[in-house]
Amino acid sequence: MVAAAFFYLFASVTVAAAFMVIASKNPVHAVLFLILAFVNSAGLFVLLGAEFLAMILIVVYVGAVAVLFLFVVMMLDVDFAELRAGFLRYLPFGGLIGIIMLIELILVLGAWTIAPGVVDVVATPAPTAADVTNTEALGRVLYTKYVYFFEAAGMILLTAMVGAIVLTLRHKEGVKRQDIGEQVARNPETSIEIKQVESGKGI
Amino acid sequence: MNELLLDYLPVVIFIAVSAIIAGALMLAPFLIAVKNPDSEKVSAYECGFAAFDDARMKFDVRFYLVAILFIIFDLEVAFLFPWAVAFKEVGALGFWSVMVFLAVLTIGFIYEWRKGALEWD
Repeated sequence: MVAAAFFYLFASVTVAAAFMVIASKNPVHAVLFLILAFVNSAGLFVLLGAEFLAMILIVVYVGAVAVLFLFVVMMLDVDFAELRAGFLRYLPFGGLIGIIMLIELILVLGAWTIAPGVVDVVATPAPTAADVTNTEALGRVLYTKYVYFFEAAGMILLTAMVGAIVLTLRHKEGVKRQDIGEQVARNPETSIEIKQVESGKGI
Repeated sequence: MNELLLDYLPVVIFIAVSAIIAGALMLAPFLIAVKNPDSEKVSAYECGFAAFDDARMKFDVRFYLVAILFIIFDLEVAFLFPWAVAFKEVGALGFWSVMVFLAVLTIGFIYEWRKGALEWD
């Protein structure tokens, strides 16, 4: 009863926030509504019993991805008059993409068949929530049974790291950095030059 | 209601109390504050002179790099939580798979360090 009430609260707020993400004119407001949708989705996950997923959603999506989106939005030059000016020009193209996506979604839903083995898998589920916590159930299979997917995730993270550095790292020219080793290794011979200056003349 | 959700009752109470306090603090000025606006009072105030331009400036792309590197290590740590909880059950394979995972990301970390991505300028 109470759980059902919370489900409808979270679900309705999620749908409303998701609608506002695409409806709000200001991109910063759209990102804030996206955060609201994330938080409510985390609430839905908790109601399903998927605690670990809910907490990761809060930590990773709300804590990091939303900040990244805010940075991206702020990096764009947000000029509202200009945003609206291009609306009609891009409408046919954007509408075409939207219609293609819609057709694909309908095809996916229409052609959906449940794999024959699934019914048996659902009938004998993994350890019940009372015996083993969510996080532990994940940990039991993630590092052994699904080890290749786990290592693939590590590779993807490495690719993302290298890609971000290659794409965005630009060092300014002529910036003097500290190099402790070089600074400590200086001695009078390498740092002082003695000149004999004749009197009455400059160097 | 099942036991799992009962564990979250303190969280619900916490959020409700914070919502009430925040709502009260936002509502109170409308009810009790003296409002006597004129055009000078409500105009934007920037050290006594009119604002020069829009506050929405382009961000430096380096903030983005810092944020993306943060996300990557955030995810790396997120992958370690189930490992820590199920450590006794995953055995040697589980231990070494995580070590390989960490080694791969350490390669990335060394790359990032040597490229100077952690330095600001």
